[in-house]
Amino acid sequence: MKIRLDNVVKTFDTFRAVHGVSLDIESGELVALLGPSGSGKTTILRMVAGLEFADGGHIYFGEQDATDIPVRDRGVGFVFQHYALFPQMTVAGNIAFGMKVSRVKRSAAEIDARVTELLRLVRLEGLGDRFPNQISGGQRQRVALARALAVDPKVLLLDEPFGALDANVRRDLRRWLREIHEQLGITTLFVTHDQEEALDLADRVVILDQGRIVQQGTPEDVCRNPNSAFVMKFLGDANQLAVEVSSGKALVGQAELDAVNFPDGPANVYLRPRDLDWSSDAPGIAATVMRVIDKPDGRRILARTAGGDNLELDVAPEIEARAGDEGFVRVHRAKVFPSVPG
Amino acid sequence: MSRARHAKPPRVGDSPAIRRALIASVLVVGAFLIFAPLVVILYQAFSKGFGFFAETISDPDTRHAIFLTVATALIAVPINTAFGIAAAWAITKFDFRGKRLLLVVIEIPFSISPIVAGVAYLFVYGLQGLFGPALDTAGIKILFALPGIVLASMFVTAPFVARELIPLMQAQGRDLEEAATSLGASGWRTFFSVTLPNIRWALLYGVVLCNARVMGEFGAVSVVSGNIRGQTNTLPLHIELLYHDYNTVGAFAAASILTVLAIVTIIAKVLLERQGAGRGGRPALAAPKAPPSQGHAP
Repeated sequence: MKIRLDNVVKTFDTFRAVHGVSLDIESGELVALLGPSGSGKTTILRMVAGLEFADGGHIYFGEQDATDIPVRDRGVGFVFQHYALFPQMTVAGNIAFGMKVSRVKRSAAEIDARVTELLRLVRLEGLGDRFPNQISGGQRQRVALARALAVDPKVLLLDEPFGALDANVRRDLRRWLREIHEQLGITTLFVTHDQEEALDLADRVVILDQGRIVQQGTPEDVCRNPNSAFVMKFLGDANQLAVEVSSGKALVGQAELDAVNFPDGPANVYLRPRDLDWSSDAPGIAATVMRVIDKPDGRRILARTAGGDNLELDVAPEIEARAGDEGFVRVHRAKVFPSVPG
Repeated sequence: MSRARHAKPPRVGDSPAIRRALIASVLVVGAFLIFAPLVVILYQAFSKGFGFFAETISDPDTRHAIFLTVATALIAVPINTAFGIAAAWAITKFDFRGKRLLLVVIEIPFSISPIVAGVAYLFVYGLQGLFGPALDTAGIKILFALPGIVLASMFVTAPFVARELIPLMQAQGRDLEEAATSLGASGWRTFFSVTLPNIRWALLYGVVLCNARVMGEFGAVSVVSGNIRGQTNTLPLHIELLYHDYNTVGAFAAASILTVLAIVTIIAKVLLERQGAGRGGRPALAAPKAPPSQGHAP
């Protein structure tokens, strides 16, 4: 099912949560809504579900205008952040609930068969008789997914699906959700504030800030070509340096960076720690090592430039550096964005 | 054992003297204030033997008072229960203007003296009141009859159920209802299969308290009922009447019945509290205790 949002607006009291968002989600696509808290991502998801109604604009499911269809009739599967499992029902009871209340009548045997099938799909065979408070967080998450899938939704919506889980469980569930998606091919939209999760899981990432879409594209697109300082900073660690651009070049220390099509004047250059290197010889930006943090896959050097800016570098484990060393930061890659006023 | 206790640094207020003094004072005050009167009621009720007690109870006026009290409870409690659920639902599941005001309005009967409520009803439904003449022409009798007694009792007990449910339902949030609706459940279905099971103990607790108050209400009912013996006298009013007739034993006999009703209510309340009602948390599940979790890996 293809979903289209056309200039959707939502205001809470005086606070405008979503400003004219337009978005196309292709049938069978797995899309992440990524943004910091307060960016309106959950509100958008809830409007697609029908749990909130848009103040303006339209939401289409396929060709049908679904803007005013209530959640009960919208045919979406919604997985809540804290799962919202019914505590007084067993796991099987939870999964069967949607089929039992459906207007389409199913026989008890049919429902049982479907519950067994879904329990197998989410790898929880044999746990059907447990209650939600008797299973782990990761298992609850999968019950919530099975319950949402039981009603054969046209669209699957997940609100911070892995937010409440610890790191290892999170990674496993992510890969597993991707497998389920490939197996079933349901159009899926999920909300997250975790860039890693969005990039790991989604076909397409939609980045939101203050109720607006700031960039969307494949994980590769948004990682390689962030279109703004906000996206650059939000997707990962980035060093920020104020620079002066003159005739298409930005000068950082003695290093010159390309800033093609930039007007002369002040700008900001953003540097990923991994795009920097440390050397005891020129050329580069003269700097002093303040501290070295060792990690399993390398070293992070915290350095201060001659100009007083702090830089963080991720370098190979072999690089020799100690607090107080003087040397040069080499820049392999950088992005220049106009400096934001204020 | 006691040596180990002494070795621990005492917590604030944990010295034996203070502890004993506090416990003793609570017990003494409790005995004089609460326990002694209850004993006296039962003692006085049977002071002229069981025969006299039975005779007083089987007096037609007393029987009618009992009947009226039970009838009032049977009408007022279900209506207030429905009102309480509706109010709690509206306040906790919806956002609307005047929500805070509604919360305050629901609490008003707690802070207003019941007698004020009774007098207010006189001015609304009485012959000189707002709707009095209209009701009189229509031949509907509200005051000095069962409807007035029920209305006054309902006013006094309106907040009980809502007050129990609101904190619980607020803590539970809307996720479960939203989940049920997104799965295709109707409003009624959502209420009966999802909401009600989660609030049932708190609800019963509220109903028990509401019932106790309806049966015991004196002030408001006294004003609107007119105190007509054998007709509009509820049990509490009847007790007062017997007492003024210098029929002390009769008064205590009737009082003992009201006391027994109250004690039954208290026992029900204690049993409900054991089930986790009135504690604000999620109610205990009607399920066996969780076996040790099978690890947290998915």
